Amino acid sequence: MNQADFYSLLPIIVLTTWSALLLIVDLFIDDKKKGITAVLAAAGLALTMGLTLSQTGQTVIGFNGMVILDGFSTFVNTLLLFSGLMAISVAYGYIKRRGIERGEYYSLILFSIVGMMLMAQARDLIVVFIALEMLSIPLYVLAAIDNSNAKSEEAGIKYFLLGAFSGGFVVYGVALVFGATGSTAFAEIAASIATGNAETLLVLAGAALILVGFGFKVGAVPFQMWTPDVYEGAPTSVTAFMAAGAKIAGFSALMRVFATAFPDIAVDIAPVLAVIAALTMIVGNVAAIAQKNIKRMLAYSSIAHAGYILMAFAAFANPALRDDAISAGIFYLVAYAITSFGTWAIVISLEKEDGKGLAIEDYAGLGRTKPLMAAAMTIFMLSLTGIPPTLGLIGKLYLFRVVVEAQFMWLALIGILTSLISAYYYLRVIVIMYMKEGEPETVSESWLTFTWGAMAVLTVVLSLIPASLFAWASGALMK
Amino acid sequence: MNLSETVNTGYFFGLVPLLVFFPIAGMLFNMIFGGKMSEKAIGTVASAASGLTFVVAVLLAYSLSATHGELHQVFLAEWIHIGELQLDWTFRVDTLSVVMMLVVSGVGTLIHIYAIGYMHEDVRFKDDVRRFRRFFVFLNLFIAMMMILVSGDSYLMLFVGWEGVGLCSFLLIGFWYDFNILGQKSTENAEAGKKAFIANRVGDFGFLLAMFTTFWHFGSLQFDAVFESASHHPDPVVISAITLFMLIGVTGKSAQVPLYVWLPDAMAGPTPVSALIHAATMVTAGVYLVVRSAPLYNLVHSTSYIVAMIGAVTALFAATIAVGQYDIKKVLAYSTISQLGFMVAAVGMGAYVAGIFHLATHAFFKALLFLSAGSIILGMERGHHHLAHGHGDHDDADAHHDEEVFDPGDMRNMGNLRKQMPVTFWLYMAGTLALAGIFPFAGFWSKDEILLDAKLHAEHYPGVYWLLAAAAFLTAFYMGRQIWMVFFGKERTEVAKHAQESPPVMTVPLMVLAFLAVFGGALNLPGSHALTHWLEHTIEGVHAGEFDFMVAGVSTVLALIAIGISWLLYGKNPLKAGQIDPLKKPLGFVFTGMENKWFVDEGYGAVIIRPFEKLAKFLSIDLDWNFWHDWFHNEVVYAGFQGLAKFLADPVDMGIINAIADWLAEITKRSSEKLSSLQNGFVRSYALSVLVGVVMILGYLLLK
Repeated sequence: MNQADFYSLLPIIVLTTWSALLLIVDLFIDDKKKGITAVLAAAGLALTMGLTLSQTGQTVIGFNGMVILDGFSTFVNTLLLFSGLMAISVAYGYIKRRGIERGEYYSLILFSIVGMMLMAQARDLIVVFIALEMLSIPLYVLAAIDNSNAKSEEAGIKYFLLGAFSGGFVVYGVALVFGATGSTAFAEIAASIATGNAETLLVLAGAALILVGFGFKVGAVPFQMWTPDVYEGAPTSVTAFMAAGAKIAGFSALMRVFATAFPDIAVDIAPVLAVIAALTMIVGNVAAIAQKNIKRMLAYSSIAHAGYILMAFAAFANPALRDDAISAGIFYLVAYAITSFGTWAIVISLEKEDGKGLAIEDYAGLGRTKPLMAAAMTIFMLSLTGIPPTLGLIGKLYLFRVVVEAQFMWLALIGILTSLISAYYYLRVIVIMYMKEGEPETVSESWLTFTWGAMAVLTVVLSLIPASLFAWASGALMK
Repeated sequence: MNLSETVNTGYFFGLVPLLVFFPIAGMLFNMIFGGKMSEKAIGTVASAASGLTFVVAVLLAYSLSATHGELHQVFLAEWIHIGELQLDWTFRVDTLSVVMMLVVSGVGTLIHIYAIGYMHEDVRFKDDVRRFRRFFVFLNLFIAMMMILVSGDSYLMLFVGWEGVGLCSFLLIGFWYDFNILGQKSTENAEAGKKAFIANRVGDFGFLLAMFTTFWHFGSLQFDAVFESASHHPDPVVISAITLFMLIGVTGKSAQVPLYVWLPDAMAGPTPVSALIHAATMVTAGVYLVVRSAPLYNLVHSTSYIVAMIGAVTALFAATIAVGQYDIKKVLAYSTISQLGFMVAAVGMGAYVAGIFHLATHAFFKALLFLSAGSIILGMERGHHHLAHGHGDHDDADAHHDEEVFDPGDMRNMGNLRKQMPVTFWLYMAGTLALAGIFPFAGFWSKDEILLDAKLHAEHYPGVYWLLAAAAFLTAFYMGRQIWMVFFGKERTEVAKHAQESPPVMTVPLMVLAFLAVFGGALNLPGSHALTHWLEHTIEGVHAGEFDFMVAGVSTVLALIAIGISWLLYGKNPLKAGQIDPLKKPLGFVFTGMENKWFVDEGYGAVIIRPFEKLAKFLSIDLDWNFWHDWFHNEVVYAGFQGLAKFLADPVDMGIINAIADWLAEITKRSSEKLSSLQNGFVRSYALSVLVGVVMILGYLLLK
């Protein structure tokens, strides 16, 4: 292990070490003072984020080409670390309130983030698989961490079973690709396909199976079935983390693998991605209408948003648009992460100890009793719908532009129509908040308030000055 | 302002824009800073602005004489450039415009100074000192507008000034808009302003038509361009139309038959306004317009004759009314109409120099007369004030308002004022003799020149001479009547006994005017013909007339006879308090007609105004409200629209469009429920779903 290898994975190494030490340190922290663990975890994330940002603009290939540090990984890892910080912020008071405050909660989040970051830096299918497992297993545990609650346990076991099932497809896909090309390294796979040495059918089958694995992770149709149940059953703070973190990691891997390992079969894969995107948008948005539980509604909403990002990714078949597609995709991930964390923070504020307060009807009267919180919720709902002045609109704007430029008019049309449908259930929340009488009970907790407040401001302000953020996303290119 | 040019050439043509900018500057200064300035300072600023304008006019006259009266055009700014219409704001300096500038700014400055004294007392008597500043702002604005009028190089620029002075006239007639002429609360003055404005609108409409026709036919509104193409293509029909339309404008602005009715009412304005705007300057704009358009009028004799006849008829008609008036200013107002008739008759006959000559001398002596009349009125007011407060000893505002209404302008309240106001008396005498046309006063020379031209051109313009001669006779008569009634005999009221002379700030400008009224004839004395030679440079084909002792003799004798008759009637046996006019008996209904202005206002009321009101009422109530609003709008449009809206709303929108939308929503909702029901919670179903997905993707990729 030379210095370059070390440097390329420096943030991951630091964070891994930090999490392992945190587990040990946590043993010496009193049960009543687990807040200290949270702060330490957050400090670790902040430190890692600093290291990551210090690596901005550098490109280092490490470990014999198995991992890479580049603009893309820096951008995605920053976003992942931000998600980790938000996850701790929303969990801090919530898990205490729900009586599930344990030291390992924070360590598990940190471990999961390590896996996610590794995913963004992977340059070899084996590393991809390892990263996938590294990020998934802590999530299984986190979903089931409220083990006194049957629903949480059910969520954990469902997630685990289906995750393992889809993980199997990934392994099988890796094997097929290896069989066809004789390598698991992206560069060599691509070279092999380009020179025509590889058996195309095998490569296609392998790529398709890998796609299934990532499709499962991001909740694309028809691999989305677990999402509503797990989102609903898992503790809300875990759901918030899953919704943002797992999606970011899944998409970054999808982009990385298909843009660098399989660029030459993109023409074959693109229609499949397009159809999956269309189905995902339709199913996610249509099914969300019928939901009465806000967590389930947001679960379907997250499926729908995965569809939008996939839609842009369908454009990656055109090499001229590949960079645009990727930057539009990761920009949308930023927008989604910010809006999503804000929304979940408010959901957590209204959730009561016995798990009540999660029906959409429970938001009635919020506009009167908590005007600021209702205003923030309004901003998030508008952003999720894609109405100005919010970041959601800007994200959709970039996405649709790429799709239209790639000549997928029918896909753009479906995207727009399903956005229209989504207005129904997002705006219904606003209507209920402001126009229905009710006395909603809310929890005032400073970190929660900070989260939804800051996210609301970011959603609006960044939408007014999106250019610099988009320029950063555009600069986050893969090498 | 083009100062370098001035220095280079030694002439002052470049200064001409200052004619407009000095009064504007004075106006703005008073508007902005006047609130904190004393009356004296405000008056001084305004007078200085007007005086500087006069200085510029003098410099221009000097420059013009040094360059042999050649036309100078000074470009100031681009104005309107649309299609064929290419007009700039260009100043026209020629001998005609300079005469007008000198008269307007010269007389204007004297009146400004006079007004400092006059308005000081006027605002005091009317308990509203805040209006002092407003008066001078308007007055400066008037001077600026008048300068634009006389210095414009195109009909449109002239029209800008024309409208501008009309506005000032309106504002100043209604200056005491909340009083009537007796100082009671009333809207009479405001209505007088309105009347002037509306009568002028009728005239302006004619002027506008003249301009439209001019532009349509000649493609320009610039004077030289119009005259040039008119002389090349003298189409008599078009030029007749233009000149006749223009004549309508002239009858409005210069108060000729049939649009003169506004001018007597305009006396509602403060007396300096009557003198400046409604005697000396603005009302002569029509005369100026005809002289300016001389090349057009020269081309069509028939129109010229109409112009001359209108002037002559107006001269006599107004003179007869003046005979029957009792208000000192009303007499002068009808006299002004009559004298404007002389000028219009002169310019109609092509005697442009005589017209302009009379315009100038009339400006001197009529301004003098009006201002002296103002001095008399104020003298009476002072007497009245003295009586009202002399007894009570303390200034009791209520007592002031409760007392009997007193008209300080009614000549029947005066008598023997020469004893109380000797200075004013002598000034008034000078003006009267000038107006009556007594040798060697200014009016004698100018009026004589008009009569001479009328006599010489009698075959082309039959009747004009006789009408004018009769008017001249009556002029001398009514002025004589006025003198005897006002200054001689016995005081008919207590107030007249206590009338007081005006201060020097008022009488000194009057002395200057009196000097001009006496010696103004020198402008164009037979033999020298200075004005004729001066205007030769601008107006084509003018030539000095020869002095005719016959004409001069006849008119002088007529005037003396008229004054003699007036002495017999009013001087020998002075009018006593409450006595009816001695003319009433011998003349009977004729005098009743004179007293009542020949019932012209009533006639207009019956023929035009009331039918117009009826028509307006019909249009507004019957047509607009009952028919248009109630029936058409409510019954037809509203009900029809409602029916259509109902149709569109119920069967179309609700039945078709909404049904489609509902159907779509229902479908979406049902599919949503269907999709949710797929979510049965069993992991095996979920795994199956994944498997189906895998199979379909692989199937597609491998089999395609």
